[in-house]
Amino acid sequence: MDFAERVFGLYNYWIAILLMMVGFYVVMASRNLIKKIVGLTIFQTSVFLLYISIGKVRGGSAPIIDKSIETYSNPLPHVLILTAIVVGVATVALGLAFVVRIKEAYGTIEEDEIHKQDEPGD
Amino acid sequence: MSVTLLLSLALTVPLAGAVLIAMSDRKPNQRETMTLVTAVALFSIVVALTTRVLAGERPYLELLDILPGFALAFRIEPLGMMFALVASFLWIVNSIYSIGYMRGNNEKHQTRFYVCFAVALWATMGVAFSANLLSLFVFYELLTISTYPLVTHHGDEKAVRGGRTYLGILLTTSIGVMLPAIILTAYLVGTLDFKTGGILAGKVSDEIGGLLLFLFMYGTGKAALMPIHRWLPAAMVAPTPVSALLHAVAVVKAGVFIVVKLIVYTFGIGYLSKLTNAEWLLYVAGATILIASVIALRSDNLKRRLAYSTVSQLSYVIMAAAILVPISAMGAAIHIAAHAFGKITLFFAAGSIYTAAHKTEVSQLDGIGRRMPWTMGAFAIGALSMIGVPPTVGFISKWYILLGALDAKATAAIVVIVLSTILNAAYFLPVVYAAFFRKPPVDEAHNHGEAPLAIVIALTITAGGTIVLFFLPGLPVALARSMVGLGG
Amino acid sequence: MIDAHLPALQIVLPLVAAPLCVVLRDARAAWALTLLISWAALAIAIMLLVQVLATGPITYELGNWLAPWGIEFRIDGVNAFILVVVSAIAAIVVPYAYASVKAEIEEERIYLFYCMYLLTLTGLLGIVITGDAFNIFVFLEISSLSTYVLVSLGRDRRAMTAAYQYLIMGTIGATFILIGIGLLYMMTGTLNLADLAKRVPPIAESRTVLAAFGFITVGTSLKLALFPLHQWLPNAYAYAPSTVSAFLAGTATKVSLYILIRFIFTVFGASFAFGTLPLDIVLPVLAVLAMFVASTVAIFQQDIKRMLAYSSIAQIGYMILGISFASVTGVAAGLLHIFNHALMKGGLFLALGCVMLRLGSVQIEDMRGLGKRMPVTMAAFVVGALSLIGIPLTAGFISKWYLVLAALEKGQWYFAVLIVLSSLLAVIYMWRVIEAVYFRPVPNTDAARNAREAPLGMLVPMWVLIGANIYFGIETSGSLGVARRAAAMLLGAGS
Repeated sequence: MDFAERVFGLYNYWIAILLMMVGFYVVMASRNLIKKIVGLTIFQTSVFLLYISIGKVRGGSAPIIDKSIETYSNPLPHVLILTAIVVGVATVALGLAFVVRIKEAYGTIEEDEIHKQDEPGD
Repeated sequence: MSVTLLLSLALTVPLAGAVLIAMSDRKPNQRETMTLVTAVALFSIVVALTTRVLAGERPYLELLDILPGFALAFRIEPLGMMFALVASFLWIVNSIYSIGYMRGNNEKHQTRFYVCFAVALWATMGVAFSANLLSLFVFYELLTISTYPLVTHHGDEKAVRGGRTYLGILLTTSIGVMLPAIILTAYLVGTLDFKTGGILAGKVSDEIGGLLLFLFMYGTGKAALMPIHRWLPAAMVAPTPVSALLHAVAVVKAGVFIVVKLIVYTFGIGYLSKLTNAEWLLYVAGATILIASVIALRSDNLKRRLAYSTVSQLSYVIMAAAILVPISAMGAAIHIAAHAFGKITLFFAAGSIYTAAHKTEVSQLDGIGRRMPWTMGAFAIGALSMIGVPPTVGFISKWYILLGALDAKATAAIVVIVLSTILNAAYFLPVVYAAFFRKPPVDEAHNHGEAPLAIVIALTITAGGTIVLFFLPGLPVALARSMVGLGG
Repeated sequence: MIDAHLPALQIVLPLVAAPLCVVLRDARAAWALTLLISWAALAIAIMLLVQVLATGPITYELGNWLAPWGIEFRIDGVNAFILVVVSAIAAIVVPYAYASVKAEIEEERIYLFYCMYLLTLTGLLGIVITGDAFNIFVFLEISSLSTYVLVSLGRDRRAMTAAYQYLIMGTIGATFILIGIGLLYMMTGTLNLADLAKRVPPIAESRTVLAAFGFITVGTSLKLALFPLHQWLPNAYAYAPSTVSAFLAGTATKVSLYILIRFIFTVFGASFAFGTLPLDIVLPVLAVLAMFVASTVAIFQQDIKRMLAYSSIAQIGYMILGISFASVTGVAAGLLHIFNHALMKGGLFLALGCVMLRLGSVQIEDMRGLGKRMPVTMAAFVVGALSLIGIPLTAGFISKWYLVLAALEKGQWYFAVLIVLSSLLAVIYMWRVIEAVYFRPVPNTDAARNAREAPLGMLVPMWVLIGANIYFGIETSGSLGVARRAAAMLLGAGS
């Protein structure tokens, strides 16, 4: 593949990877618990985009059966990602619930301050 | 009675006894009776087995396979028979002694003490009768675990630290060195059984054979080869009946028993004598004998002196076996019995002195022979046995070892034997002399008499045994001869 | 008739029972339902194992949709074995949970605990039983999410942060696995494991598949707490309720290990993973690091639950080492240790739960002299410790033997030495506790002086697990036999 194809033809992969790295970085580098969850969400979303984008078939229509259409895009990734989105939502909900309870218990949602509060007791 | 049934009884009686002893917790007299009954029962069974084994029978009992192809199995051969005889007889004597000692010193946790003893003797029987290396390893570890509460009996800081050294060295050597050696043997040879002539010949290369010898010798921590001997003096924190058990009956004897058994039945005397890289064992054992004797010479604490004497005497057995001549192997086997009687007498005496006079150092023993004639008399006999002088059985075993060394022209061994005899005399005879011929210091609390009766009885039995075996060595010699296949 | 649907029932029963717990609301009723269902699940798992050993792998199509388009459950020697391990631990822990949970979680929330417990069980069993890659991800997330909740129910507020950290790291791990599965799907067009096994090897060298393998390996390593991705485990095990620690220690990481095994041996093949790719170097190195670093850290812990958590990380190192030998003995050793470790660690954590109940703490300082006040519990702890160290006649000894044998068979004697040396570290950290418990004087606090033995409902399950250590250390033909068959099948089928 030549350069143009590699960069512009595979743009969906580039975007997915970019988002993946952004999300991953946010998770690792953030000290704020909610920001970590945000990063996690971005990370997960990149994966969703990756999956869905590979389902598209060039020249294929939406996967709704009609006698006149011959090529369809692949519906399976959509199904998989719906499931994954649900999982993601549950994860975020749970994560945020934890953050609420942590705030109640510690008074802060900054990781360093939580560590400091735990250290002497550890 | 079928001989296999006898064998199974020998293996279950001590354990059953332990349960009965545990159940007699609140009733000391009943508990002590249980101990004695169990010990006597075990000895009777072992004697019955001995007559069969001398007649040529080799009872075999196989339980299940723990690992595919390797079973928990038992087979009695002459060396194991001798070990079991010594152990079970001395358990009776040790129990009598313990009753006197534990009550005389008002020790706590006596039930735990007697229960652990019974379990340790059960493990000892298992070691003595194992048919293969796996069973041996199982009971070897059980012996370590069951003697730990005995070593740490007093429960104070010193006992805990002593226990740590004890367990640390024994487990490190067994799990760290012996176990890999066993697995390697299993993998290379395909069997772990004990067979006359050994199982390694033709199956492993010479380098591996040498490596295995090294691993097994240092993996058997209970044989106290230097430098892994440290657990022995560390275990002196235990009450004296435990030291007597550890240093005469169960633990150390298990160690050297395993050494001799491995040399004769796993490696094979013939195989080893052709192995060029096996000579180090003789030199290391010889060095251990001498170095330990020197340390004993410089120890004032009586039990410490006896501990290092034990280290030295154990290496006598190892060195004798390492000479790799049938006669010296016989000497090694007989010495297992000889040293047992002698050393237990010495430890009994040490405990007796502690119980009656509360003295622990050699320098405090001036003139004590006047007040404790039975104790010091027994001590003298035990000392003579260590030195190897007639009319004690120590002479007989030394005689055989010397014969073997001469036969094999092992000059180093002969030198070591001569030197160590001198050293033994140097650290034992002065004690006897001081006890009988020096005047006791006047202003100390010397108004004590002999030790309690139970202790004196035990002392006399073992000291007497040391002399009796000199005049009637038939049984140990016959068993030893049978082991090396010289018939008769 | 029911026989034919056992595989489905294995999942459906706990799945349906979970919301029922919420409906029931009452703590006792929820517990009773959980007890019933977990024992039923165990019965089903045993029946499935027996069937697989007798007649070979079982295939079950969900909804009668044919594979590879439909989702199928595929049970062979390996996952039948793991099914039994997981359901057995779950079943033994529930009777114990009655008293333990009452003491550690508020009454009004206990029914939620049991709901999550059943959901976790569903998820874990589902991961093991399914033959579809994406299904693995779904069940993985089901079990993970409910596990996060279980961990967060601990008394200490640090349980919250531990659960949060576990959530973040666990989700990253699961997402990595998802990426890997997606890449594989991209290249082969199928999600069925058996189908993947056929289609992947021809294209295994392509960059996409290599990337997929990488993602899956890292993702599962995060979930199974392979060093250095183990950071979440110590806190999670230490601050979770005692029952949860006991349950998780025997199941959660093992199931993730199963996922790794399944992908390495069935989908990609041993020769690819260990020959073409450098896993035969990477995994053993990480395993050895786990064994030594984790054991050493364990020695210095004051919180004994934490100490056992680090010990678990080390034990997982053993399992990974066994697997990475890629020989029948090695993989069998790893599989066997999954079983034996569940017995050991489960029993040890249950013992600690008894201590927590009576003492309110599991700090080594507070546990001094406990041997006199809680003799039965501490005796169980000692036996568990002996098994962990690898004393003969215990299950741990058998695992150690096989691991060393596997190393020797491959001529890698240095691993044999390392395995044995790290066992000695276990002696140090376990004996530290035993010394404190038996030889130190009782501290002068009310809790210490009033401590008495735990209730029967907790002692019995604990001794069942500990007793199993001894049973399976002597009667080994069952566990070893199954492990060896499973290993042979894994190595024969793949590669």
